[in-house]
Amino acid sequence: MIVIFLLIPLSIVTAGIFLIGFIWAVRSGQYEDTCTPSMRPLMDDNNTKKNEKVNE
Amino acid sequence: MITAETLHPQPRRQQDAAVETFRYDNRVVRAFAIATVVWGIVGMTAGLLCAVQLFFPGANLDFQFITFGRLRPVHTNAVIFAFVGNGMFTGIYYSLQRLCKARMFSDKLSWLNFWGWNAIIVAAAITLPMGFTTSKEYAELEWPIKIAIAVIWVAFTINLLGTIVKRREKHIYVAIWFYIATALTVAVLHIVNGLEVPASMWKGYSIYAGVQDALVQWWYGHNAVAFFLTTPYLGMMYYYLPKAANRPVFSYRLSIIHFWALIFIYIWAGPHHLLYTALPDWAQSLGMVFSIMLIAPSWGGMLNGLLTLRGAWDKVRQDPVLKFMVAAVTAYGMATLEGPALAIKTVNSLSHYTDWTIAHVHTGALGWNGLLTFSVLYWLFPRLYNTKLWSVKLANYHFWIALLGMMFYVIPMYIAGITEGMMWKQFTKEGFLQYPNFLQTVQQIIPFYQLRAVGGTLYIFGVWLMAFNLWKTARSGVFVPEEEVQAVSFRSQPDLHGEPAFSHRWLESKPILLTGLALVAVLIGGMIEIIPMIVIKENVPTISSVKPYTALEVMGRDIYIREGCLACHSQMVRPFRSETERYGEYSKAGEFVYDHPFLWGSKRIGPDLHRVGGKYPDAWHYNHLDDPRSTSPGSIMPRYSWLLTQKLDTSSLPARIGALRRVGVPYPAGYESQALDDLNKQADKIVANLKGGSVKTTPDREIIAVIAYLQRLGTDIKLAPKPAVADASSGLHASN
Repeated sequence: MIVIFLLIPLSIVTAGIFLIGFIWAVRSGQYEDTCTPSMRPLMDDNNTKKNEKVNE
Repeated sequence: MITAETLHPQPRRQQDAAVETFRYDNRVVRAFAIATVVWGIVGMTAGLLCAVQLFFPGANLDFQFITFGRLRPVHTNAVIFAFVGNGMFTGIYYSLQRLCKARMFSDKLSWLNFWGWNAIIVAAAITLPMGFTTSKEYAELEWPIKIAIAVIWVAFTINLLGTIVKRREKHIYVAIWFYIATALTVAVLHIVNGLEVPASMWKGYSIYAGVQDALVQWWYGHNAVAFFLTTPYLGMMYYYLPKAANRPVFSYRLSIIHFWALIFIYIWAGPHHLLYTALPDWAQSLGMVFSIMLIAPSWGGMLNGLLTLRGAWDKVRQDPVLKFMVAAVTAYGMATLEGPALAIKTVNSLSHYTDWTIAHVHTGALGWNGLLTFSVLYWLFPRLYNTKLWSVKLANYHFWIALLGMMFYVIPMYIAGITEGMMWKQFTKEGFLQYPNFLQTVQQIIPFYQLRAVGGTLYIFGVWLMAFNLWKTARSGVFVPEEEVQAVSFRSQPDLHGEPAFSHRWLESKPILLTGLALVAVLIGGMIEIIPMIVIKENVPTISSVKPYTALEVMGRDIYIREGCLACHSQMVRPFRSETERYGEYSKAGEFVYDHPFLWGSKRIGPDLHRVGGKYPDAWHYNHLDDPRSTSPGSIMPRYSWLLTQKLDTSSLPARIGALRRVGVPYPAGYESQALDDLNKQADKIVANLKGGSVKTTPDREIIAVIAYLQRLGTDIKLAPKPAVADASSGLHASN
């Protein structure tokens, strides 16, 4: 079971990296706006203007 | 009413905003999309051939390269890494560029990713049927291919992170977070689980042994499901589902919670694959608790997907893309409720090693991954070719056929699984096993195996319809290799909020690079420090009578691995009375200290083999492997007649012994030169035994090594100082 001493730190490091990502995301304002981000993918088409559906 | 202006007010506010013109790369997206369809058909057809062999063993045509044990990893690798892998790259390469408002970081890396990945798949399709396998599930590819996977994966990760760094959109959409998690985690898992010491070009030995190897393998195996089959597809769900429904995701806030909760919980759930095995109890309980916690984020995500369609259900009726998506997300919900349920120890005691697991994974694979891939392809092709889908009707037919195929697959497997599980455990009033002969439990479920093959056939037929429809769609349009777009440059956009520019800017450009470098550093440092310690310490035997395998047994064990015997036979007797009655003494962790790799298996299509040593005479094994139905009428095991004729290749023996010593098996120094003599002596003994059983053969055949290994299995513990218990139980089951 010694291998657990490899797996647990590795999992913690992986989780830690995600934690850094999370803290960065919060601090840089990634999550300040929870409304428009969800709309944005709908507008990313090259032919947005031609596509009437987008603005319906 | 949402207009383009409310969403992108920046350019108008800032007069001097620099507008940049650039192009999205559609070529690599198309290449991945075509590969997805092709490998989907290949992988599923391999699966169907596997399924047919389970009720008609002759379907391998006595051809070793397509026999179940070797074909199963071809099927699993092809659908996971070839079909879903290419599907994932298709989805990511298309959506990432648009979400980042940037072309992929490097065209060269894009094409390296495409050709490298698909070359790896071709290499897998060649080496796995040849029997070059590590035997570790979903990580079967031998070390040269493993290294190639790591290289290509790093290329993909650099391309992904590079694109994010040079994005023209400050905000990182939730889908991208899922993609990042996929790239980073799969790299760690793949490398840690894949560590081997090579004995030759196509043979390596896992540096871990027994319980340790099992734990690392299922830490990997579970997270491969989590971060290869789930997170990238969730990212795709968050992009393509809103696109197809043309409405924003139900709750962006929920999607953020979904992501972070999922990745923080997922990495701890692995031990649920090893419940009631020789893994320590506390580790099992830990895995179980985290698995149950996973219901919350999984269902949050599922509901977020389904609720995105509120008010748009009328579209689902007409649009096959949405139909596929709704069914896929529902299947995700079902699989992620069932998974935690199966991780409860009590449920697992019934379900493990049965076809219930097969039903569960196919709900995920056929439902979640399959249907979502189809929906993305149906959505993507008309856009890549600037046209309309050739036939919506045909796509709708595909949907219903796929759904029907899934039902015909999954429902019989549930019935089969529960039937098996109950029959294995059933005692008579007198306290004897009701079905002492394992074959009885196999015979009972053969009709369900047949129905399953019907389901698989339907599902593959649906994929052919899709391939035809997509081909016609491509023919009816003109491919758009590059899409020219304009966006405001990153620098001239305002910050997402008013933080000081310096720290913000620094954090924004560096963390991705930093995390990457930190990861590499930690991995290298960790491995150098920790792994030698493990390798040495893990080999301290806890049961003194457990000894390393003899030279002939090593060769036999490697043939056992080559033939994929563990696809059908576990080597792990769980501590239940129903199992100790049937197989003998339950398995102890200390018995596996020289098992590189571990061979516990995950499915009992045939009986457990951990205590098979000494149970039958050598001649029985010889006849059984030549024709299983001669000794066990009604058996569905394939014939292994080639083991009787093929000569044992002993030239690699010294290299094997050397490699095993390097991973910690205490063969004395210089044993390499003596090993061949030992091997020949033991082989002669077995040949003499076989003669007694009126079987004539020569000692240089592969089957001799296999018999040596089988007869050794689980016998060491019987030589221990207190043999009373072991003898009693072996006496009991020998009468079965």
